[in-house]
Amino acid sequence: MSGYLDIRNVSKAFNVSGRELQVLRNVNLSVDKGEIYGIIGFSGAGKSTLARCINRLETPDAGEILVDGVDVVKLKGKELRQERRKVGMIFQNFNLFEAMTVEKNIAYPLEIEGVKKAEIKKRVQETAELVGLADKLKAYPGGLSGGQKQRVGIARTLIGQPDVLLSDEATSALDPQTTLNILDLLKDINERLGITILMITHELDAIRYSCDKMAVLENGQITESGAVADIFRNPQSKTGELFAKVSKEFRRAENFTDGEGI
Amino acid sequence: MSLLDTPLWEVIKASFSAKVWSGLIGAIGDTLYMTIVSSLIMLVFGLVGGIVLTIMCPDGLFPARGAYTVLGGLINILRSLPQMVMIIIMIPVARAIFGKSYGTNACIIAIAASCIPMYARIVESSLLEIGKGKIEAARSLGSTNFQIITRILLPETLPSLLRGFTVAVIGVISMTALAGMFGAGGIGDIAVRFGYQRFQHEVLFACIYILVLLVQGTQWAGSFISNRILKKRCLLATADGGIKAHRVNRNKNTQQNIENKREEKTIVVKKEAIL
Repeated sequence: MSGYLDIRNVSKAFNVSGRELQVLRNVNLSVDKGEIYGIIGFSGAGKSTLARCINRLETPDAGEILVDGVDVVKLKGKELRQERRKVGMIFQNFNLFEAMTVEKNIAYPLEIEGVKKAEIKKRVQETAELVGLADKLKAYPGGLSGGQKQRVGIARTLIGQPDVLLSDEATSALDPQTTLNILDLLKDINERLGITILMITHELDAIRYSCDKMAVLENGQITESGAVADIFRNPQSKTGELFAKVSKEFRRAENFTDGEGI
Repeated sequence: MSLLDTPLWEVIKASFSAKVWSGLIGAIGDTLYMTIVSSLIMLVFGLVGGIVLTIMCPDGLFPARGAYTVLGGLINILRSLPQMVMIIIMIPVARAIFGKSYGTNACIIAIAASCIPMYARIVESSLLEIGKGKIEAARSLGSTNFQIITRILLPETLPSLLRGFTVAVIGVISMTALAGMFGAGGIGDIAVRFGYQRFQHEVLFACIYILVLLVQGTQWAGSFISNRILKKRCLLATADGGIKAHRVNRNKNTQQNIENKREEKTIVVKKEAIL
């Protein structure tokens, strides 16, 4: 098996006050081009570390991470920085630059690359329109709502024309309605631009709403992976089972309140 | 005119007389000159020192444990010297550079030597305030370390850096007054020679007014600029501005509520589609 994004036998341990903490153990994952792939797991399962390894904010101790055939684990210096632009990342707490306007935030990746001003202006305008922020370009992030902030985060990543988008709990700090809007935006981007999206989250509904395939990460290991519907119907792992159960409970509760007419 | 034989009120009245102030003009110039030049030197070297400290610390951009420990230790040693001792130690250095150990320029060396380490620590603590996530975001977008420092680290912490600089400049002002004891000239020199040695308390009072005004002015300017930046970035709500923003937001909210309700319906439809 070999997909567009291939994670092979990746392991990572951290040294926490003298004790070795194994966060990822032999993770194997294959994502095809243009897919929206979900990774679900509880807090501390190693989801964020996995995302950070793909973007090389962290270096895995062992294993290979192939993005379009290039092993990003081996990259250094300039090549690594170029590769990072190809693998965009959006964050739970947005991590926008508060000293810059929305326009400057979105333009940042092009400015550090030394792209011409006129070209930057054109592409910022296009990207802002794509994410629905064209009227907010002169505002500062401090004055925006959570959903708008995440749109800036998405635009800032998209302007570098990435092949893969890593969404590290990107909707976890947003209210349900805004979450839905952002997920719609991600789906739209995926369809229009063909960007492969790896959606890392603990929100089952987010995965069910937008992903074709998913994997369950439990204690640093992938315990099951496959089509989203299959895992829901017939979960094989403890985490998968628990998530499916919680989701069913919520749906029961929802139906109940619907019946009450609240 | 001494407080020993003159009532307080008379001394205060005399402290505003033209005679007292005409003798102070030169000293004010000296104090301003020492403060401005020392502050600029402190700004440059302290900023560099603070940046170096920040990026070399174990989880910084260029972790260098050994160099970090050495530099940190050096700063601690320099900071443990009281300002007065530092002025005495710097006498031979000033003599080597300017050929004399007194005067405003000679004392600028001592002031800089004493205030640079302090300001470096203030800069370090300001720079460490930045959210680690912002630096990660900058890295994930392909920035070099140099770009992270110049485009993210410094601009993001600018309001805090400015407030720290204000604190440090006030430190410089107080040290110029102390340096007056050691032949630096300026307000401190006048306060010692006339206020202390000759019991001319009206001159001492005038010196106090000037120092208070200098410090107040510096603090006001620093806070004003820092708040302006925060306000521009929508990170600070002033009393009236906050209320205005709140009102606007409330209007927006009602409008958004209507939209929300509209969208909620579509959500229900979508949810049904998923289920």
